[in-house]
Amino acid sequence: MSDNNIICRCSDLTKEDIRRLIEEGYTTFDEIKRVSRAGMGPCQGRTCMPLILREISIITGKPISEIMPGTYRPPVKAITLGQIAEACTEGGNEHD
Amino acid sequence: MKQVEILVVGGGPAGLCAAINAAQAGAKVLVLERNEDLGGQLIKQTHMFFGSEKQHASVRGIDIASILFNKIYELGNIEIYKNATVLAIYDDGIVSAEINGRYMKIKPERIIVSTGASEKTLAFPNNDLPGIYGAGAVQTLMNVHGVKPGDNVLMVGAGNIGLIVSYQLMQAGVNVKAILDAAPEIGGYLVHASKVRRMGVPIYTGYTVKEAYGKDYLEKATIVKLNDKWEPIEGTEKDFDVDVLCISVGLSPLGELLWQAGCEMRYVGQLGGFVPVRTENLETTVEGIFVAGDVCGVEEATSAMVEGYLAGLTAADSLGYEIKDFEERKQDYLEQLQSLRSGHVGDKIRAGLDQVTIKSEAAVV
Repeated sequence: MSDNNIICRCSDLTKEDIRRLIEEGYTTFDEIKRVSRAGMGPCQGRTCMPLILREISIITGKPISEIMPGTYRPPVKAITLGQIAEACTEGGNEHD
Repeated sequence: MKQVEILVVGGGPAGLCAAINAAQAGAKVLVLERNEDLGGQLIKQTHMFFGSEKQHASVRGIDIASILFNKIYELGNIEIYKNATVLAIYDDGIVSAEINGRYMKIKPERIIVSTGASEKTLAFPNNDLPGIYGAGAVQTLMNVHGVKPGDNVLMVGAGNIGLIVSYQLMQAGVNVKAILDAAPEIGGYLVHASKVRRMGVPIYTGYTVKEAYGKDYLEKATIVKLNDKWEPIEGTEKDFDVDVLCISVGLSPLGELLWQAGCEMRYVGQLGGFVPVRTENLETTVEGIFVAGDVCGVEEATSAMVEGYLAGLTAADSLGYEIKDFEERKQDYLEQLQSLRSGHVGDKIRAGLDQVTIKSEAAVV
């Protein structure tokens, strides 16, 4: 049953998966993101990040206020290259 | 590239009020709203608001939204796009957005970020079963679309949202079996808590969800008491046969655009997480980027609206618009905020704000 304790809905990662990674030494959100894809799905970390930061805090003993969230990069939601290309070819939107 | 004077990101209570004041001052305003409806959480609020008359006390949230919509349509210089998500704020001040499926770049002179907050959730076994909702989803289903989320509900969280949504569920004829909260005390106003208690709903403080059960959807949930170290106490479990578990355990400010833009952010637990450092005028450490509402600290819709009015006023002032009685109006908003945050209930908010508000030089002297 405990296998279904979902932390990251987008990439289907459980609490056990996340705890294992922290114990292996991945103790920042960005490291966990790079090895597991947590936070890289449609929610972009909005659901899983607070839960993951809490797990890091519990295991490392570091207060949550001192654990940095992941790096936020554009775009905040998925957009297709086609949409960007269309905007460029339509004119009025300089190619800069 | 679209040029605008003031871009408001998010058309909830804070954003709408910001747009109204900025437009009244003479600025050309563009509001981008991610959803198909304006009004943010206001349109789901069927209960009457607190505060004073200036802040529409005793008016239902959904009716406050209509008052704001009417003001906006009266003003000619507010352009609104719905189904419009801001994707990024870049270093050079250019904003990109997806508007009705099309990608667009915008060059605003000022930005007011009023993106609100997202719901926190909980990790427990089988937390992915259908029937487990955030309180926002329950309100959207019930109050926007008229869909009953289920028959028997266990509410997780005894803050104002948990208490109010419990009451709304009962009004819709849904059975609320119990409300629980991990904190040792009820977080919401006692007037709300007393109301649901009088209707026979027990409130268990110091409890958390241990596990959810069900085959194709939620059928049962078990809660367990926590000791003072927040560890579960064996033997204190209680089972509830419910098909809905409504999670209302707080909100996180949605500051991702502010991080991208390079605003200084600080973790303030009392305000819900990372929030921007800002002046009394609600300007962040990046010149020209203002904030209002839950994105700069989770409170409630009334203070979000007052912050919106303030940010709209100060952003327009910073563009050089001559605003009659600017100082008086600004002081009035600051006093309204102070009064909303006064007393015991506001202790936490005031302590949080002290950590992120840059005092003006005049105040220091």
